[in-house]
Amino acid sequence: MHWVEVLGSRTIFLVEEMGRVVNLLIQSIRWALHPPLGLRNIFKQMEETGANSIPVVLITALSTGMVLALQSHIGFRRFNAESLVGTVVALSMTRELGPVLTGLIVAGRAGAAMAAELGTMKVTEQIDALTTMAVNPVKYLIVPRVLAGLVMLPILTVLADLTGIVGGYIVAVNILDANPVVYMNKTTEHLELDDIYGGLLKAAVFGVIIATISCYKGINAKGGAEGVGKATTGAVVLSSLLIIISNYYLAAFLF
Amino acid sequence: MIDLIDVHKSFNSKKVLEGVNLHIERGETMVIIGGSGSGKSVLIKHIIGLLQPDRGEVWVDSKNLGTLDEGALSELRKKFGMLFQGAALFDSLTVWENVGFGHRQHRKLSDREIREIAKEKLAMVGLRGVEDLMPSELSGGMKKRVGLARAIAMDPEILLYDEPTTGLDPIMADVINELVLELKRQLNVTGVAITHDMTSAYKIANRIAMLYQGKIEEVGSPEEIRNSKNPVVHQFIMGSSVGPIAAV
Repeated sequence: MHWVEVLGSRTIFLVEEMGRVVNLLIQSIRWALHPPLGLRNIFKQMEETGANSIPVVLITALSTGMVLALQSHIGFRRFNAESLVGTVVALSMTRELGPVLTGLIVAGRAGAAMAAELGTMKVTEQIDALTTMAVNPVKYLIVPRVLAGLVMLPILTVLADLTGIVGGYIVAVNILDANPVVYMNKTTEHLELDDIYGGLLKAAVFGVIIATISCYKGINAKGGAEGVGKATTGAVVLSSLLIIISNYYLAAFLF
Repeated sequence: MIDLIDVHKSFNSKKVLEGVNLHIERGETMVIIGGSGSGKSVLIKHIIGLLQPDRGEVWVDSKNLGTLDEGALSELRKKFGMLFQGAALFDSLTVWENVGFGHRQHRKLSDREIREIAKEKLAMVGLRGVEDLMPSELSGGMKKRVGLARAIAMDPEILLYDEPTTGLDPIMADVINELVLELKRQLNVTGVAITHDMTSAYKIANRIAMLYQGKIEEVGSPEEIRNSKNPVVHQFIMGSSVGPIAAV
């Protein structure tokens, strides 16, 4: 096949695939507005996506805050601006690293689990079974996951922001001998509520991206175990990429 | 009760159904036989609207499935119960939650009431004391029976069986066949089964239809099929590798 043909067919496939993902999201929104919502199911997904991700999010945020303090201290020392370390840690965590790292971790953890679970349900005909029992699979399976992503990602991000700032403080005060009062003042002085809100809004968007992409990959799994494996990998890769790409546009649009 | 009129279905360029015509009477059990990959599963999925025909019509209870909107199709599906080949039990739910799934979704009942109904339906398929097990703890035969209990849980008018005896030992297969007959006697349902197990087909069918090359090759009573002069039907029921049907 000529390379132009290959490029063309790949592009068409990609655009069609994106169309189907957006369609699934629209369907989810439509079904989310149709009560009853099945709270038991939503809470279960919130636990799966949110509560169970807390340890790994906290460890990542703590290490990131610590290394951020360490590295920025080295940089700032060169022009005697060490007092700005707290500001840099706080702004970086709330505006960028908190939401993005949380998004990537949840994509790898909960997104993979969603795609694998729905993929297995698809190849073992459990999704067909739902339909034959007059239960809409989008409403029963996807709406709770999208809502869990929408609600839990911002909550996880708040925890990540706080932990990152604590990590920065620990390194700056205990290892780099920064003055704790000055450090805390600098942390809060330049931090505005909009920095935090913007980060949380991004996190909510990432939550919806992760859930929608992972569910889409799952319910379209084909074949047996291999198909489920491919769906899972595809879900993690695509949602991570979309988080990173959309992050730029959200930052440009929000801040 | 169920009519398939000139049903065509292709997947990409592969033609699976090429003009299926079949009429299923209320209260009868129709068994559709055919080789692996002949399109039996595709056919049964058309009857419950899991697949839509490219051309042709599927009528159930005087309703053309192709003209129904999502809500109406969903309502119609409540008349059905379906037993899947691998049972398709929800593996995150216990046995009783599986059997009571339809009740939880469509009726406002307490957990206790749903559990009672599930127990009663499980007893009908000869299972006791398994309510709290997870599907992964069940044997193949038990899974099929739980699947059957789930299929009859909402008192359906039509029961669809996708290869009810495949993968079971001959004795368990006969247990399932007996259950299918017993449920028909008790509930007076219309049944559609697809299988390539001729022992099962002869036992549970009122009529048998053979699907071959995307069309219904022959329809008749088990006796008529057994004595068929049609070389395709004859080869299939005798299980011979010599004849018009090529082994792929």
